[in-house]
Amino acid sequence: MNQIGTLIRVFALLSLLAVGGGTAVLPALKQHTVDDQHWLTNDQFRDAYSLGQVAPGPNMLMVTVIGYRVAGLLGAVAVTLAFFLPACALALCIGRVWKRFYGSPWRVAIQRGLAPVSIGLMCAGILSLARVAISGVATLVFAAIVFAVPLLRHVHPALLILGGAIGGLLLLRP
Amino acid sequence: MSKTGTAEPVSLSALFTTFFVLGATSFGGGVVAYLREALVTGRGWLDDDEFLGDLELSQTLPGLNATNMSVIVGDRLGGLVGAVVAFLGMTLPGTVVVFVLGVLYGVHGEHPVVNAVLRGIAAAAVGLLLSVTFQIGRKEVSTSLDLVILLVTFLAVGVFHLPLMWALLTLGPASVWLYRPRSNATGSGS
Repeated sequence: MNQIGTLIRVFALLSLLAVGGGTAVLPALKQHTVDDQHWLTNDQFRDAYSLGQVAPGPNMLMVTVIGYRVAGLLGAVAVTLAFFLPACALALCIGRVWKRFYGSPWRVAIQRGLAPVSIGLMCAGILSLARVAISGVATLVFAAIVFAVPLLRHVHPALLILGGAIGGLLLLRP
Repeated sequence: MSKTGTAEPVSLSALFTTFFVLGATSFGGGVVAYLREALVTGRGWLDDDEFLGDLELSQTLPGLNATNMSVIVGDRLGGLVGAVVAFLGMTLPGTVVVFVLGVLYGVHGEHPVVNAVLRGIAAAAVGLLLSVTFQIGRKEVSTSLDLVILLVTFLAVGVFHLPLMWALLTLGPASVWLYRPRSNATGSGS
């Protein structure tokens, strides 16, 4: 069960590093799970991300899929808890303290200062996903269309994901 | 000064149900919009200021917006137990669904149709993330200093593969320092 220990260590750390949310942690997630531990291949990483997109709720449930692949049901449970609990415990504690700093100029500075860092990390996360998800013209066109549509009119994001699934079914079959 | 205790206590079952419905119906990310609709417009548990305050904090803290919001709002409405209940409601439906999908993937992952569909979804997800991030960036990135910090962070982590921990420990404090409160500006209301 050494594997479970490693899973918990890796995902608990990622939990606390996820400034900017799940997208921001994608490069580190890929580094740990694909490049360092060889738990999955690039393609499996991409597929796990896609499965997470299909499920409702928080957008990083791919971690549960990774845990399952590595160590079955126990792995799935361990990874899910390890990835969510540390950040949630921190949110609970800081959430209670934070209210006391209402109006403190440092509170504004922290939010103001971390915002561009978060967005930069999110961009890095998108690049790391794109490296495994964009291969060839068709996938590039999919991504470009899905990028552009929400800027022109409001579309439910689930419909865009569904569009990707249908597009893949029609155009990406070997 | 503070307005704690003005709201009616929220029952744990109502808290769980609300977050469970959110967790079961928010597809394709964008949980925040659903949250606002349910908590502010629908239930009236939070006013807009409380919601935005909690959201800002959720975005600043590590972790996902959806789960951070569930914990912070759950704690606000029902204390520690409320936080646990709201978190479970938010995460249980998706976790069960994704687990079943993971099991099925283990069996049928090599099937060409499954493969084509998942590749299509991943490509669409890249576009969707770009679009969402672009829209956040358009709102949040207002000065050239913001843009420089964003680009430095992106290049350091995305291109030069600086480990995330070091990026956060260096760029995070540096950026906060650049936006530190200036003594002559503290008097102005914000």
